[in-house]
Amino acid sequence: MTAPTTHERPAVPAADSSLLEVSDLVKHFPVRRGLLGRRVGEVRAVDGVSFSVGRGETLGLVGESGCGKSTIGRMVLGLIRPTGGTVRYAGKDVLGLRGGDLKEHRRRLQIVFQDPFSSLDPRMKVGRIIAEGLDIHKIGTKESRRDWVVDLLRQVGLAPRDAGRFPHQFSGGQRQRISIARALATNPDFLVCDEPVSALDVSIQAQIINLLRDLQRQRGLGYLFVSHDLNLVRYIADRICVMYLGEIVEVATAEELFTAPRHPYTKALLSSAPQLRADRSVRERIQLTGEVPSAAKPPSGCRFHPRCPQAVPESAKVRPRLTQISPSHAVAACPCFT
Amino acid sequence: MTDQAAVIDRIPADTGWSELRRFFKTQTVGAVSLTVILLFILVAVAAPLIAPYDPISQDRASFLTGPGGAHLLGTDDLGRDMLSRIMHGAQISLYVGTLTVVLSLVIGSIIGVGAGYIGGAVDATLQGIIDAVMSIPPLILALFVASLLGPSITNVIFALSVLTVPRFARMARGEMQRIKSEDFVNASVALGAGRIRVMVRHGLPNMLPSLIVISSLGYGQVIVAEAALSFLGIGTPPPEPSWGLMLSQGTTYFQTAPWLVVFPGIAISLAVLAFNLFGDALRDFLDPKLVR
Repeated sequence: MTAPTTHERPAVPAADSSLLEVSDLVKHFPVRRGLLGRRVGEVRAVDGVSFSVGRGETLGLVGESGCGKSTIGRMVLGLIRPTGGTVRYAGKDVLGLRGGDLKEHRRRLQIVFQDPFSSLDPRMKVGRIIAEGLDIHKIGTKESRRDWVVDLLRQVGLAPRDAGRFPHQFSGGQRQRISIARALATNPDFLVCDEPVSALDVSIQAQIINLLRDLQRQRGLGYLFVSHDLNLVRYIADRICVMYLGEIVEVATAEELFTAPRHPYTKALLSSAPQLRADRSVRERIQLTGEVPSAAKPPSGCRFHPRCPQAVPESAKVRPRLTQISPSHAVAACPCFT
Repeated sequence: MTDQAAVIDRIPADTGWSELRRFFKTQTVGAVSLTVILLFILVAVAAPLIAPYDPISQDRASFLTGPGGAHLLGTDDLGRDMLSRIMHGAQISLYVGTLTVVLSLVIGSIIGVGAGYIGGAVDATLQGIIDAVMSIPPLILALFVASLLGPSITNVIFALSVLTVPRFARMARGEMQRIKSEDFVNASVALGAGRIRVMVRHGLPNMLPSLIVISSLGYGQVIVAEAALSFLGIGTPPPEPSWGLMLSQGTTYFQTAPWLVVFPGIAISLAVLAFNLFGDALRDFLDPKLVR
């Protein structure tokens, strides 16, 4: 892997340790019905989520489908406007950005989508797809852009001549490499990876994950890694946020979360992840019953209580708050275990 | 870096001429229909030079003569040479057809793409107007507009555009809504692209196949609609030889002089067919997924 020597990353002033700071983020999608679009309710996709990600750090965001993790990723990028809360990036309030400032923010923060088929414009050649960010931000001359595209293709493990081909000529894994190259074109410091490998074969998943890790090491990228695959997140993330129905139930370093989970939902989630034979004796399997409740009518108190194997009557009454139990571990303190 | 640049340079650039050559090589039907269209245009442009007679000068001595002899395609009830009239008629029909389609394509796409991407109240308002226009029977609407403006070729184009713009707009809107929800649009927005860029760079290219198809279908319909308006006396004013007008005037003598109807009919059918087939071929040609 040749390191790009000619393309220096822009100097970033040394700021505080956290690059991305999300606090009390809320997204309610209105449910409209009837001819006049009367508002009959709302889906609480994300309900008061706070976390921060440092420079060069990977924060894993895990949870079942529909728990709001992808919505968070899109709000961080400003693709969806939150109902409430703040997103600060490098000390600046992202939601208040307009025009040129918003554009500059978007240069520094990029996204890799889940679906490698919908995320590349089928009518654009790969070279133009990757160079789109450079076009938008008017970076470099025509020649330097071309060299940069070739360089990026190399970095993600593709050949320079792939620039002249169309997306449909590539496999899912290769398309995801193209997506990564496009995201890296503007030299961002942070990537939101929205389930970047869940649409790929397992053998290809490993390649893409390793590519993301290599790139992180070379460029000092921060990742917000959204996934439902615990083993994957354990491998790539420094810290992990576990989400349930729009709320964070537990945050800890990857190691701590796997060895000493506190929240019953985290425990259930961990026990459901497939594991190697050698580990099997360690954990008993917790089997949850019932469906995830609708985010339009979330349960009272602890949102997990209707399915929680250790729920107590107070669980339905008190809404647990995220409480720090060690410097690197916080958990939604439900009465059922505190 | 120079070797890499060299590799990129070896990727053939899409110049106009190499694309045209590739079109002729890969799209046989398209090449034939394009040739027919070009032939029509050539005849239309060169009509004053190559037409054997003046299309509007009457020759009472030889009215309603059959095809062959001095008049290759015969003469009409006023003794005007049919071949010359069809050649000159190509001017009007192609002029009306092209201008109407281009006008509707441009206006309809702008309205549709904007409505589809911006959505909300803008979309709802435009949809309401489009629905209202489309609920009126097309010929009645054209009649209304044309009779309001009076018979002239420009007004015919205007009246026909009023008919076709809503169809283009509706198509473009639906396509833009579909494209808008794709992740490549999100990716582009995330890169910092503005509305115009998303609509022009991602929207239009991805709806091109649909636009081409309705344009080529529309072309045929416009030529026929022009004929209908002329038939009703509010289209191309006589004695200008439009194909539709010739067709309508010829029906009176259909029993005794069928060539008055048959030849303009053939001209219309051929032109419509050529445009439809060319449209299909162009759509296939521009699809990167089809093997080249």
